[in-house]
Amino acid sequence: MTGERLADLAVVGAGFAGMSAAIFAGARGLSTIQVGNAGALLFSSGPLDLMGVHPVEEGRVWTDPFAAAAAVARDIPGHPYSRVDAAAIRAAFAEIVAALGEAGLDYGPLGDTNRELVTGAGTIKTTYCVPRSMLAGVAALADRVPCLLVGFQGLREYSAAGIAEALRERWPGLRAIQVDFRAGVAAGEAHAAHLARALELAENRAALCERIRPQLADAQAVGLPAVLGLRRSDAIAGDLSNQLGVPVFEIPTIPTSVPGLRLKDAFERAAARRGVRRIVQRRVLAIVPEADAFALYLEDAPPGTAPLRARAVVIATGRFMGRGLVADRRRIREALLDLPVVQPSSRSRWHEADFFDPRGHEANRAGVTVDETFRPCDEAGQRVHPRLFAIGTLLAHHDWARTKCGAGVAIVSARAAVLAALHELGGGAR
Amino acid sequence: METQVLIIGGGATGTAVARDLALRGIACVLVERHDLNAGASGRNHGLLHSGARYAAKDREAASECREEGALLKRLAPHCIQDTGGYFVAVAGDDENYIAAFPELCARAGIEARAVPVAEAREREPALSERTIAVYEVPDASIDPFMLSLDAMAQAEQRGARLLRRTEVVALEREQGRVRVARLRDTVSGEELRIEPELVVNAAGAWARGVAALAGAEVPMVFSKGTLVITQARLAHRVVNRLRPPSDADIVMPGGTVSIAGTTSLTVDDLESIEPTAAEVDLIVEEAAAMLPVLDGARCIRAYAGVRPLVSAGAAGDGRAVSRGFALFDHARHDVPNLITITGGKLTTCRLMAERTADLVAERLGVRAPCRTREEPLPATAGARWTKPGLAPQTWMREHAPEDTLICECEMVSRATLDAIAAELGGAGRMVLADLALRSRLGKGACQGTFCTVRAVAHLYERGVLAGEEGIRESVEFFRERWRGLRPVLWGDQLAQVELAEAIHCGLQGEELHARRGGAR
Ligand SMILES: Cc1cc2nc3c(=O)[nH]c(=O)nc-3n(C[C@H](O)[C@H](O)[C@H](O)COP(=O)(O)OP(=O)(O)OC[C@H]3O[C@@H](n4cnc5c(N)ncnc54)[C@H](O)[C@@H]3O)c2cc1C
Ligand SMILES: Cc1cc2nc3c(=O)[nH]c(=O)nc-3n(C[C@H](O)[C@H](O)[C@H](O)COP(=O)(O)OP(=O)(O)OC[C@H]3O[C@@H](n4cnc5c(N)ncnc54)[C@H](O)[C@@H]3O)c2cc1C
Repeated sequence: MTGERLADLAVVGAGFAGMSAAIFAGARGLSTIQVGNAGALLFSSGPLDLMGVHPVEEGRVWTDPFAAAAAVARDIPGHPYSRVDAAAIRAAFAEIVAALGEAGLDYGPLGDTNRELVTGAGTIKTTYCVPRSMLAGVAALADRVPCLLVGFQGLREYSAAGIAEALRERWPGLRAIQVDFRAGVAAGEAHAAHLARALELAENRAALCERIRPQLADAQAVGLPAVLGLRRSDAIAGDLSNQLGVPVFEIPTIPTSVPGLRLKDAFERAAARRGVRRIVQRRVLAIVPEADAFALYLEDAPPGTAPLRARAVVIATGRFMGRGLVADRRRIREALLDLPVVQPSSRSRWHEADFFDPRGHEANRAGVTVDETFRPCDEAGQRVHPRLFAIGTLLAHHDWARTKCGAGVAIVSARAAVLAALHELGGGAR
Repeated sequence: METQVLIIGGGATGTAVARDLALRGIACVLVERHDLNAGASGRNHGLLHSGARYAAKDREAASECREEGALLKRLAPHCIQDTGGYFVAVAGDDENYIAAFPELCARAGIEARAVPVAEAREREPALSERTIAVYEVPDASIDPFMLSLDAMAQAEQRGARLLRRTEVVALEREQGRVRVARLRDTVSGEELRIEPELVVNAAGAWARGVAALAGAEVPMVFSKGTLVITQARLAHRVVNRLRPPSDADIVMPGGTVSIAGTTSLTVDDLESIEPTAAEVDLIVEEAAAMLPVLDGARCIRAYAGVRPLVSAGAAGDGRAVSRGFALFDHARHDVPNLITITGGKLTTCRLMAERTADLVAERLGVRAPCRTREEPLPATAGARWTKPGLAPQTWMREHAPEDTLICECEMVSRATLDAIAAELGGAGRMVLADLALRSRLGKGACQGTFCTVRAVAHLYERGVLAGEEGIRESVEFFRERWRGLRPVLWGDQLAQVELAEAIHCGLQGEELHARRGGAR
């Protein structure tokens, strides 16, 4: 077999970071191949965090995410946000949110402040961008309006009554009901995806509204778990609110969640639209630097197949779940190139004794260090390779789960890396 | 409150004493500051010893184990999986010990059959190719949770009372005798008083501290031991290292998992007993000499307990029944109505209870003889869910459409949780922990990542939880799971907790609640 055409850029990984990089690169005319499956993207629950909590040990929650990102950049040397400014963060979010919007997943206009929304656990999450299907919930919570929460019998991970109980003091106007609504599915477990598919049909929505309407009473909004259609959730929410006469919103639930499916779907359409070539369900086994390119060897390639070749590579392989990082009993390694990984000296220091230790765990801040252009560096701070970039949760010095910056770091680092690659490759000439 | 006998400590020993007394018609109250088997009885290896492990060093303890093991297999078969056990030597192990082993076992009355290495490796394919000698002994696996829950259930049927989450904080004496035991409800903080005729201190490693409340002494050494659970079962039988007892000698089968251990470290502080990464590494590396697959196996959890050991030399001071366990009659310390029973093994808990109850009966002038030597331990409904595989079997057999699974790893369904909650009387405190002790909730590979969310949702729907209790329960339950996860976080289990952290912190922000709720 003959070799493939040389691509400008190969993106390894298809989570938030990899998908964003593919979109940024495609939009700028780089010929781009992307390898990998959706990973943690499928597990995410819809909202896009930018920066919510800092310093973690104080648990301080920020209203202004840009100020929070600036504070983090100042306080934490090496944090991915220390490599960018507010304008770059905003530009990155604007481009991705627009791309997702075009692909049918509307996040509404970009704001300047964080938003608060109720989760399926009855906690309040601080985040930056919220899917339109969840937006009415942000407003309802802000004004504490009388609100009816609806649960589905058989949907195991969600209890409307539980959310109302947990928020009783802070939002006394919450009421909860559970409906027996399977839309043709036999009794037993109700899967979020089944319910979502069912609610794409008008007759099922009408039937659901019939169950809810008699219970509305004084409710000025209705909250449902995030099952309002696999696609076009904002239109479905709109239809339900027309029928019920009050705004209807979704509440994010645990994985594998419907909003995760929507994100994957929208990202894939957006990438396709920008001419990105995607190779899914295959992993890159090895990346070998050559004179002017990298050779990428894929899993399950028939014998004799030539590797993929690209002039530059962006690694967006995630952490332990994505398998961008792997750990044995002694140390944490970067899986593809054995890039240097900042990490504590021994396993006994990876994690604190209390899971909820206010400082978080050191292992979560382990990862690949990069310079201002998101090129991986060795211990001495030297670039590993001029055309190699690393982005997303793989990066060291940030703890996305505690500081609430997962999607943000992914999107922002993706843009910065792609711009640097573009520059290196000479302005996108093919 | 008045009672004839106050038993302090709800482990294997305390519950066995309660059962023995109740069967003799003696009224008793058992107080346990956490929950049944919160101490060593819930943190051991679950090996029903044939005695072979002690054959060389302590023949008396070996014979005791042999007799009691045989008795329990007959009287409490539902708590036991009679797997049999191998003693396995690998190249480099002490040849003299190997040669002497069958004779030592014979002297303690323990059957040890030589098994040709090829045959042993055929039966246990995971055995090392460096195996040089194998003996088969009548070891078995015992479910300590079921054992204690059933013993206590029978005692309660006979009128005994159990006070969980109740701690003995003071023993007030009058002319030497303990007249009043002051108790504190550890959840509400409420105080209670009991006036017992006799006090049995069955507080395991804490027996020294409890005895001290009455000014009595129990000389003890505390030995911490750590164990590691693998996701898969590595062998059918108990696999022991054929060498003088040392670290990481035993790999126990338990349902779908294996448990490797243990270590031994003398400690002073009983309150911060956590398994460490170094201990786990030692166990994995050492036990892999017998079962090399262990080195690459996914470990899902580790845990540690403290063995209550009575100091050498002390036996002569107390009323030693054997070198394995010690029964102290504190009349010698001028506390005429205090008895301490400690040391020993899970395997010998029935015998320990028998000797204790004999002394109690003598003191109270009760003639009734011990019945636990003949009477089978009845299996009760409340204890049966601790058995791996039972919840799934029941779920499949009785599968009602509405009975969805809460814990997918271990297949614990809503009906199972409801059944247990009903037995507990729906008491709304530490609900998840109570349910987990009595079932396999959260014990699978995901260690509570998903099932806490589902269980909490279910309990809210049932009205068992109110207000922010669900968030607090979720925090506390995962915090407890974490203690055992932390030392095994590499490979797949590290990816697993990353997901847990993404859900519980990234999405649900529980760490911000944990902070508000105050430190542990
Ligand atoms: C349960 C959950 C809830 C979340 N909720 C939120 C939220 O509410 N808000 C928010 O902002 N963020 C959230 N996130 C975080 C967000 O999903 C991550 O920040 C985001 O996934 C960025 O990660 P990433 O793209 O760097 O890595 P990942 O998403 O882990 O992607 C890595 C990808 O690389 C692939 N890969 C790895 N190695 C190879 C290889 N050798 N060859 C090919 N492909 C490879 C993997 O298969 C995977 O697809 C959540 C995450 C989880 C898990
Ligand atoms: C790592 C390890 C492995 C082991 N493996 C085995 C094995 O494989 N086979 C075997 O036969 N034996 C084994 N053992 C030994 C066995 O577990 C113990 O000997 C046995 O469980 C002791 O039971 P107990 O009831 O006496 O003590 P415990 O189970 O410790 O019970 C004492 C109870 O007293 C309670 N308590 C303490 N203070 C108070 C107070 N003030 N008020 C109220 N309650 C109080 C505690 O909460 C605790 O529940 C092992 C032990 C360890 C540590």
